[in-house]
Amino acid sequence: MHEMSLAERIVEIITEQAQQQPFTRVLRVRLEIGTLAAVEPEALRFGFTVVSRDTVAEAATLEIVERPAQGWCFTCSVAVTIVRRGDPCPHCGGWQLQISGGDEMRIYDLEVV
Amino acid sequence: MCTTCGCATDLPHQHGASGPTHSHAPGLSQQRMVQIEQDILGSNNRYAAANRARLAEQRILTLNLLSSPGSGKTTLLTRTLTDLAATQPSYVIEGDQQTNHDAERIRATGVPALQINTGRGCHLDAHRVGHAIDELAPTADSWLFIENVGNLVCPAAFDLGEHHKVVILSITEGEDKPLKYPDIFAAADLLLLNKIDLLPYLDFDVEQAVAYAHRIRPGLPVIRLSARSGEGMDAWYQWLQQRHQAIVTHHHREPHPSIVA
Repeated sequence: MHEMSLAERIVEIITEQAQQQPFTRVLRVRLEIGTLAAVEPEALRFGFTVVSRDTVAEAATLEIVERPAQGWCFTCSVAVTIVRRGDPCPHCGGWQLQISGGDEMRIYDLEVV
Repeated sequence: MCTTCGCATDLPHQHGASGPTHSHAPGLSQQRMVQIEQDILGSNNRYAAANRARLAEQRILTLNLLSSPGSGKTTLLTRTLTDLAATQPSYVIEGDQQTNHDAERIRATGVPALQINTGRGCHLDAHRVGHAIDELAPTADSWLFIENVGNLVCPAAFDLGEHHKVVILSITEGEDKPLKYPDIFAAADLLLLNKIDLLPYLDFDVEQAVAYAHRIRPGLPVIRLSARSGEGMDAWYQWLQQRHQAIVTHHHREPHPSIVA
């Protein structure tokens, strides 16, 4: 969706952290992204490469850890894992699902020098 | 942890004049992990929470209107404002990439409106909306409509501090929009099916569209209406009044912060 503005936010957060911690260069950024967060990893990587230029995060590797969404099927009364929105319950094929999580977009940690 | 530079290592390292402020002794590993666990949209969410708190304090019902371009959002809004003008003070924040056209259309109804141009941005964010609320200064118990940028993708992720997201789907679009752009339907509390007056001329399958929307968001309330003919608009006004009543009731039930120990 708006990977460029997400990349800008990531670089902003890292720049703030660089002042607080402090550190001079970021080697690796580990992100936790929910499978329903509608983030396109390649677009995010591209955006990050562009906006991190001339910052402490320049040339850092983006590592994206996917977090699956959990759903509760009211028909089956079981917890299910949801891969995409609009997918039915894998047990009954229905859509009486309450979905929790899967929309996380977090910076988990940074490897820095 | 080193109390001078804040780094996590217990190994000896040097600071100050002999090199860059945090240069560590040669030969020692300089890499370290910094656990930050920060939400990428954290700052937006903090602004949204601030907006929400102040809107709740003044019982201002706030709706974030979402749709693709051309669904008739602005026409729906001008009709709504005109119909309610006598009884309900309202305010509008308009989001578009460019132009003041929509804000001008709203102002023609006599309702205060503020245009936010997002430029290259594809959605409104809570920070800009907060400034717009400052500028509009809506009165207590009014209604605030935020017409988001016409886009069924990005605005879903950006909380503005609204009470409800309302998605508008016009029947000149495909029935399968809820399946194609599920995030926005998953985030909505109401679906307005607009341009229903055109039904005799189109092949749009209303039941199918509603069924698709319910796959994404079971139980999502749906109102079929036409901003042009006025059909179904009363149900929309009723929904708004019920939602406002819920906010007022909630406000009275919540103890005032000053009397909480």
